[in-house]
Amino acid sequence: MKEGRAWLSLVVTPLQWVVDIPARVADSLSGVVVDRASLVRENEALKSEALVLERKVQQMAALTAENIRLRELLAADARLDPETRMVELIGVNPDPFQHQVILNQGIEDGVFVGQPVLDAGGVMGQVVNLSHYTSRVMLITDARSAVPVEVNRNGFRGIALGKGVLGELELEHIPDTADIRQGDLLVTSGLGGRFPRGYPVARVTEVVRDPGRPFKLIKAEPTARLDRSRYLLLVEYRSELSRVLAEPPHE
Amino acid sequence: MNEESRGGGMIIFATFMVGMVLSQMPLPDLLVWARPEWVVLILIYWVMALPHRVGMGSAFLIGVLLDVVRGSVLGLSALSLTLIAFLVLLLYKRLRMFPLWQQSFMVLVLVGINQLLFHWMQGITGTTGSSLLFLLPSVVSALVWPWLFLLLRAVRHTFYLS
Repeated sequence: MKEGRAWLSLVVTPLQWVVDIPARVADSLSGVVVDRASLVRENEALKSEALVLERKVQQMAALTAENIRLRELLAADARLDPETRMVELIGVNPDPFQHQVILNQGIEDGVFVGQPVLDAGGVMGQVVNLSHYTSRVMLITDARSAVPVEVNRNGFRGIALGKGVLGELELEHIPDTADIRQGDLLVTSGLGGRFPRGYPVARVTEVVRDPGRPFKLIKAEPTARLDRSRYLLLVEYRSELSRVLAEPPHE
Repeated sequence: MNEESRGGGMIIFATFMVGMVLSQMPLPDLLVWARPEWVVLILIYWVMALPHRVGMGSAFLIGVLLDVVRGSVLGLSALSLTLIAFLVLLLYKRLRMFPLWQQSFMVLVLVGINQLLFHWMQGITGTTGSSLLFLLPSVVSALVWPWLFLLLRAVRHTFYLS
């Protein structure tokens, strides 16, 4: 059935490219029609940003080495940095109830179902559907999406559910006594076996403690720019868990 | 059927393809809910104008394609489009006699049925929200109908489709 759908999608793939043409043309036009002053300004901004990032990377090398040493002391597994590759967004699902985007790579490029997708800001979502040359990504704000997260400050775990509203996530079943504050960064906990650990997902915007309810109401805003990013990163990450699940059971 | 009407099949298919492209075009946030259901409108027109050529079978095939384009569960749009084709097959003799504004009202009802069915079934698979805004496209479709009707009639006359 899945295969059949992939083959059928092959028929409509040119259609998806056609849909993307206006955006592409607009992009290239705004690349051509741009004045020198704004280019110079952009260049300067990028240079200063590069400087800041380079400084962070300098520290990063030392910190990584230190982290590996400490992990060796604890006899824990070393953390690997998964490979990523850049993909381009070529379409958005027009149904406002479904938060999905379409990428320009598919089975032929080695994309697989469940593959995590990031942008510069954090986790965007996961691949849910494949065709030969395109793939469909469910964003983390989709009503069907759930991302296992932890609070970066203290490691408290929870599950960030999409609400079908762009720019809003909710943490459900968090006890009243849990230490979660406004402004906390939520990062992936890696527990679900889908997302690698430690990528930013959302920032807590609202914590409501209603004595009439059994749990806290916690709202968070995704750190990824879900509705604006055109260039995304596909992470080559298959956790042990998903590998075990993918294997056929042995006798 | 002569050669001419076989060539016409491609024209009809092409209008459906244009409809699918239009139904996938990104829209600004304000208009996201107000997208006319292009494919349903085009289907209503062709079933009404050429009921002996475009019927429930073609509606089903177009529906499957639309499902693949939309990424919805395979067969959802196919079912709702087949139902719409069935209703138009029942109604086409009356529809042809109606003035355009009255046709628009029928289109409002037909697209409304399509939307209800589609979203009801999507609710079963879990992708739905609580808003009733998904009915808005039926109103917009009714407003678009007279112009689309005239356009498609012009297409039909240009290519002598019958």
